[in-house]
Amino acid sequence: MRRLRHWGPGLLLLSPSLILLAVFVYGLIAWTTKVSLSDEHNARGSKGFVGIDNYKNLFTNDIQDRFTHSLKNLLIFTLVFLVGAMLLGLLWAFLLERGVRGEGFFRTVYLFPMAVSFIASGVVWRWLMNPLKGDGAGGLNAVFGSLHLDFLQSTWWTNPDWGMASMAMPAVWQLSGYVMALFLAGFRGIPQELREAAAMDGASTYRLYRNVIFPQLTPVALSALIILGHMSMKMFDLIMSVSGPQWLTEVPAIYVWQTLLTSDYAKSAAISIVLLLLVAVVIVPYLIYTNRAEKNT
Amino acid sequence: MTTVTAPPAAVESLAPRRKPKRSFGPGSIVKYALAIFFLIVVLMPLYVLIVTSFKAGSDIGVTSQWNLPTHWTTASWGKAWTALRPSFIRTFELAIPVAVISSVIGAANGFVLSRWRFPGADVVFTLILFGMFIPYQAVMIPLRDIVTTIGIAPGIPTLIFVHCVYGIPICTLIFRNYYATTVPEELVEAARVDGAGLLRTFTRIILPISIPGFVVTVIWQFTSAWNDYLFAIFLANTRNGPITIALNALAGAQSPDYAASMAGALITSLPTLLVYVLLGRWFIGGLMAGSVKS
Amino acid sequence: MRFTRRAAIAVVGVAALLTASACGSSDDGGDGGSGSKKVEVFTWWADGGEKAGLDGLVAQFGKDCAGQEFVNGAVAGGAGANAKQVLASRLQQKDPPDTFQAHAGAELGDYINAGQVEDLSADYDTWGLKTAFPQGLIQNLTVDGKIYSVPANIHRANVVWTNKKVVADAGITSDPTDLASFIADLDKVKAKGIAAPLAIGKDWTQLMLFESVLITDLGADKFTGLWNGKTDWNSAEVTKGINDFKTLLTYTNKDRDALDWTDAEKLVMDGKAAYQLMGDWEAADLDAKKFADYAWFTFPGNGTTFQWLADSFVLPTGAKNAEGTKCWLKTVGSADGQKAFNTKKGSIPARTDAVPADYPKYQQAAMADWKSATQVPSCAHGSACTQGWQGAANSALGAFSSNQDVAGLQKALAAAASQFVKK
Repeated sequence: MRRLRHWGPGLLLLSPSLILLAVFVYGLIAWTTKVSLSDEHNARGSKGFVGIDNYKNLFTNDIQDRFTHSLKNLLIFTLVFLVGAMLLGLLWAFLLERGVRGEGFFRTVYLFPMAVSFIASGVVWRWLMNPLKGDGAGGLNAVFGSLHLDFLQSTWWTNPDWGMASMAMPAVWQLSGYVMALFLAGFRGIPQELREAAAMDGASTYRLYRNVIFPQLTPVALSALIILGHMSMKMFDLIMSVSGPQWLTEVPAIYVWQTLLTSDYAKSAAISIVLLLLVAVVIVPYLIYTNRAEKNT
Repeated sequence: MTTVTAPPAAVESLAPRRKPKRSFGPGSIVKYALAIFFLIVVLMPLYVLIVTSFKAGSDIGVTSQWNLPTHWTTASWGKAWTALRPSFIRTFELAIPVAVISSVIGAANGFVLSRWRFPGADVVFTLILFGMFIPYQAVMIPLRDIVTTIGIAPGIPTLIFVHCVYGIPICTLIFRNYYATTVPEELVEAARVDGAGLLRTFTRIILPISIPGFVVTVIWQFTSAWNDYLFAIFLANTRNGPITIALNALAGAQSPDYAASMAGALITSLPTLLVYVLLGRWFIGGLMAGSVKS
Repeated sequence: MRFTRRAAIAVVGVAALLTASACGSSDDGGDGGSGSKKVEVFTWWADGGEKAGLDGLVAQFGKDCAGQEFVNGAVAGGAGANAKQVLASRLQQKDPPDTFQAHAGAELGDYINAGQVEDLSADYDTWGLKTAFPQGLIQNLTVDGKIYSVPANIHRANVVWTNKKVVADAGITSDPTDLASFIADLDKVKAKGIAAPLAIGKDWTQLMLFESVLITDLGADKFTGLWNGKTDWNSAEVTKGINDFKTLLTYTNKDRDALDWTDAEKLVMDGKAAYQLMGDWEAADLDAKKFADYAWFTFPGNGTTFQWLADSFVLPTGAKNAEGTKCWLKTVGSADGQKAFNTKKGSIPARTDAVPADYPKYQQAAMADWKSATQVPSCAHGSACTQGWQGAANSALGAFSSNQDVAGLQKALAAAASQFVKK
């Protein structure tokens, strides 16, 4: 009873949130899972339970392998987005960390795209990534044309093989600044003594970064990867705004929406559960890892 | 391994520790060249947005998008504003309550989880955090049914409710980390010895020193509610929804008026950009807070 | 336990705050509520000729239904693609508009099956519509003995629009009547330095072109059979159709997947292309854009086949102002309403008692064809297939646009047919 008196008020204060999350996160996930195991393929409702048939169909019996195609698109998008944003972010943070006059200005500009919604930036990227080349070229192709860098001209997202790599460009543009801010905080969080100690040992600048500073940034890099990674898997707004829903640029998040529009609840539930599992595979180990790491301090 | 990410600390830590050296070697030429090159790259889309929004007639076109307007006009801004105004106001009605309510809930939760820890608090916290990462598609189908059943009015009220619920994890995280690093254990202990209970400790001692945390959660929730499209398109529509839907309708029209859509994109981005420029330091703090641990 | 009680009060307080703010700022956009005199009409007619047609109808509605107020719920884009998404979302949210536009035929079946639209059979008798519309159309509208929608017009999908100057410059003097002569003409235009003489846009516009090719290669009856299960999608004729379609795609613009139909139309207007296959709403749209130098012909090899689609209006289940909606529907079906609408929109009236002289040149020709021609439905516009089937077909065409895999497209379409036919 004493324990309850001690912890009770805290738990009570927390309980509305816990109840809401239990219902709206875990409860609804369970509900979606149930729908995904049913045969609710139209607005008339469900007649019964079909086990994992909907999942099997997604992977083995989807017309034109639409689902695996959307996974392939997502994979290309995620790779380009992660690599691009991490490299650019690290490079920018490194430039600023080396000391640049007017650093505040550079930092502000690099970071500003983060404040803009994907829907708004999609409006202009749709133009920048205009697929026409040569005389009628617009957007980035026109820039490359006038710089005599014609070989850089591209059909962007309309390219059937690597179009999704172009689709990642606006995302890189938008989030590199965020990665930069994370790394910059990481750089600045490294104790000055460490640098000085290394300098005393006669380490070159290269060795200082290689052996002292970059290893210290590993946790920051991990955080950044996790944040970008889960954003990437959920990517919806950007693609809706740039290309609209269509085969070429379809990712699971959009496939869910398209399927839902034809009232095929069971199928769209199955796709979204696969999406959830993809995210969970990355996030759950990370959460457990940080939880442990915290206990060890 | 640290548990920080106290946002204000992170903001401070962005400030350069030392003045840049004065020498200009070949290294710094490369450095500045790169910095300026990327500056231009980042600003390019903004340039196209601004320039196009002031164009009219045959000036507007994919092929001439880099040219300055031959005649500057604000007609498209007027058109875009007319199209977006109702949803612009609605989005404030959405984003402000979301920011305030989520922050209050987050502060209470964060306090309990950081300084009034009960057995198993870590597990509970991890379960809460997971809610931050889920793809919302995985809850969308029943969510639509459930809000219809509860009877919350469609449109903004529904969205307020939903953003508040799914904002609990991030706000709890921000405040938990904030309290863990800025509120000394002794302060809470002393209050407890004096016989103050949880609520009094929270309202009298904790809340007054929580302003920096509030700034971060308010900015974070405001921006994410403002920029959200997924919840909006599932739970609202052009008639009662926020500005992202209205903008997408404007820009996706059959014969899209490019100048008006670009002006519309700028109008849509203004509030968040303003928040970002005016409250930039805290905005960055908010971004840092998005990373679970640093 | 005194703090427990306070904590409980705080909890209730927070919950109350949540609910209060949720209810307090309820502002649903102004309309709605019972006893409303507003009729929200949901369409995808936001621009050009379509907007003009809607305006004409609204003017007539104002005369016929005094006291009711029209509220425009139009959502622009993609021949209804955007609007259908928004509409599906609203219907699932149980927040229907007072009436919405839906293609008559198979597409309407989705809404009927879902119980989202009301039976209008009794009103058909009251308004005398059963005799005003042609028998064939009435049969198409009837599902299990009931009628659920009022068609406002008839459109024709299988029409090729041309830029007269570009065609003349290429030395072409007569319209092609079969695929071979069409391709010969495309080569002539191409020889004049126009790289992509046939303008086209994204997935659904490609589906339209493909359907027209199929009508040519299969004939009207077998084409109709594709959509009701009587024709096999795996047949050699379909393979030939896909190959012909593939050949035609080589004459089209490379950026097709990035364009909507109006972007493709602009290519024709600008003389960057000579031809575009599009529904006959293009006539009104070209007129509205003050482009006069156009001509048209039925897709080569289609003969007298008239591929039809009809825009119709319904009474959604749970409409807030059912009385106002019925008055709107009555106006839509009336002779005056159909005239006000169709003369502006570029479609032809569904009613048989219309006077051809009231209509512009293109429509007079179409009205004559409608009476004499063989009628086939359209999948891209929902008279032949349900939305699920349409989505699968669009997706298949979108994939074909990039991979050009003939066998793959045929397999995908056959799979879609077996999944969706008669469902």
